[in-house]
Amino acid sequence: MTNKTANLLYSKEHEWVLSLEENRVRIGISEYAQKQLGDIVFVENPEVDDEITANESMGTIESVKAVSDIFSPVSGVVVRVNEELEDSPALINEQPYEEGWLVEVELSDPGELESLLNEDEYKAFINEGEE
Amino acid sequence: MNTQTGLKRTPLFETYKKSEAKVIDFGGWELPVQFSGILEEHEAVRKDAGLFDVSHMGEVLVEGKDAESYLNYLLTNDVTKVGINQAQYTAMCYPDGGTIDDLLVYKLAEEKYLLVINAANTEKDFEWMKKQASGDVTLQNISNDMAQLAIQGPKAERVLQRLTKTDLSQIGFFQFAQDVELDGTSDVLVSRTGYTGEDGFELYLAAEKAVSLWERLLQAGKEDGLKPCGLGARDTLRFEARLALYGQELSEEISPLEAGIGFAVKTNKENDFIGKDALSKQKENGLKRKIVGIEVTGRGIPRHGYKVFSADGEEVGFVTSGTHSPSLKKSLGLALVSTEYSKADTLLKVEIRNKPVDAVVVKTPFYKKG
Repeated sequence: MTNKTANLLYSKEHEWVLSLEENRVRIGISEYAQKQLGDIVFVENPEVDDEITANESMGTIESVKAVSDIFSPVSGVVVRVNEELEDSPALINEQPYEEGWLVEVELSDPGELESLLNEDEYKAFINEGEE
Repeated sequence: MNTQTGLKRTPLFETYKKSEAKVIDFGGWELPVQFSGILEEHEAVRKDAGLFDVSHMGEVLVEGKDAESYLNYLLTNDVTKVGINQAQYTAMCYPDGGTIDDLLVYKLAEEKYLLVINAANTEKDFEWMKKQASGDVTLQNISNDMAQLAIQGPKAERVLQRLTKTDLSQIGFFQFAQDVELDGTSDVLVSRTGYTGEDGFELYLAAEKAVSLWERLLQAGKEDGLKPCGLGARDTLRFEARLALYGQELSEEISPLEAGIGFAVKTNKENDFIGKDALSKQKENGLKRKIVGIEVTGRGIPRHGYKVFSADGEEVGFVTSGTHSPSLKKSLGLALVSTEYSKADTLLKVEIRNKPVDAVVVKTPFYKKG
C-alpha cells in the first residue's frame, strides 16, 4: 500500500474510510477486497439522503461470479454517491482508493471511527486471515 | 484428495497453485476459479485461445458385446448413430424424465465407449449405470486415472498443431482421434468438442502426463495469446453460448426437453430407453415450461434462483443462470418459465433483492462464434 492510504481507517469487512471536512467521510473498498472480488461488473450504492447504519448492508457489489454486500463501516446520512460507478464499475478494481470510491457520508456518530482499524492493524488483520 | 480440506484435487493442482490462480471449492473439488481474471480469460478464448484444466470431469468406460444396446437404453440420444471416433452429446434420465446428467459418449471401438460425465455427479451416475447394466457389459469408473485439458478459441487448432504430426484439420466437429502424440506426450485422445461456443479441442490423457502437457501447451501458445483459464471464464463462455450446466439448466426436476436440449432426445429411436414414456408425453402434450434467454433492461444482474414474474406480477418461473455477459456487455440470464411467457420480446420482471426489475425474453444463444 502506498502513502495515499496512510490516513485511511478500515473495517473488518474491508471498507476504507477517509475523513474529509468536519463530520464528513468518504467510503470505499480496499485493494484486498477488490482483488478478492475479481472483475466488478455492477454496483448498487445507496442513494443521497439514505440513512445507513454501521455493520449493516448499504449496497451491493457484483463481480462476474459473485454478489457481495457492502457493509457500511459507519452510521450516518449519504450526502454524495459516486455516479461514475454506474457505467464504470471496474473503477473499483482499477483505483479502489481514488476514482473507485463509493459514497460520502455525514456521520451521525463520529465516535464509531474509533472502533475502526488503522492501516497497520488492517494489514495485520488481512495477514491473519491469509494464514 | 487433500486430507486437510477434504477436497479433491486434479493432477494440476500444484502447478496452478504456484501461479496466481484463485482456488475455490467447486462441488468438492479444489479448482481455480480464475488465473489472471475472468474477463481477461473470457476475452482470450473469444479472440485467441484459452487452456482449461477440466480433469475433475468423470470418465466411465463401457465395454462388451451388449454395450451399444445397453447405452441406447440408458441414454436419450441414439447411440446407434455414432461411428467410431465420433462423439455424441446426450442425457441420462430417470423414468419420470428428470435429468440424472448430461454427458458425452465417445465411441472408441465396436463394443467400447467412453462416457464423460459431470464431476459432481460421478458417483451418482456410476451407481445408476451399474444398476441398469445387464448382459455382456462391463463398466469401469476411470475418473481418477484420467486428466482432461481443454484448449478453446479461434487459435486453438493452430497452437495444438505445433505439438503434433496428426493433421488436426481432419478432425471434424464432434469427431476425435485416438493415440495422438503431442510433443512427447503419447496416447492422447484429441476431440474437437468444447464448452465455450468456440472452436477447440478437449484432450484426454493419463493423469500423470497432465502437468507436462499443460506446461508445454502454454509455452507453445504464448505467441498466440493462449492463457490459462479457470472455471469462472468457463462458466461465462458456456453461458453466452447457451450450453446447459447441470445443476442449473438441467436437474433431476428439469427434463432435457424443458432445458432446450431436445436435439439429444430421440423419442422415436427404435429401442426403448429410460424416460421415454415421460419425455414422449411431454412432447405430445407440449411443454408446460421451458428455458429461455432473458435480458435485464433495468439495473441489476439476474442470478441463479431469482424469481421471474410476468408483467402483471404473477410468478412464472426462476433464473437458472445469469451474469453480466463479458462479450455482449449486457445483463443476461437463462430462466425456466411457463411456456406462455417464453416467446421472444415478452416482458418479464426479475426479482432482484426484493425489487422487481424489468427484463425481456430474447433469443439464444446470446453469442455465436463469428
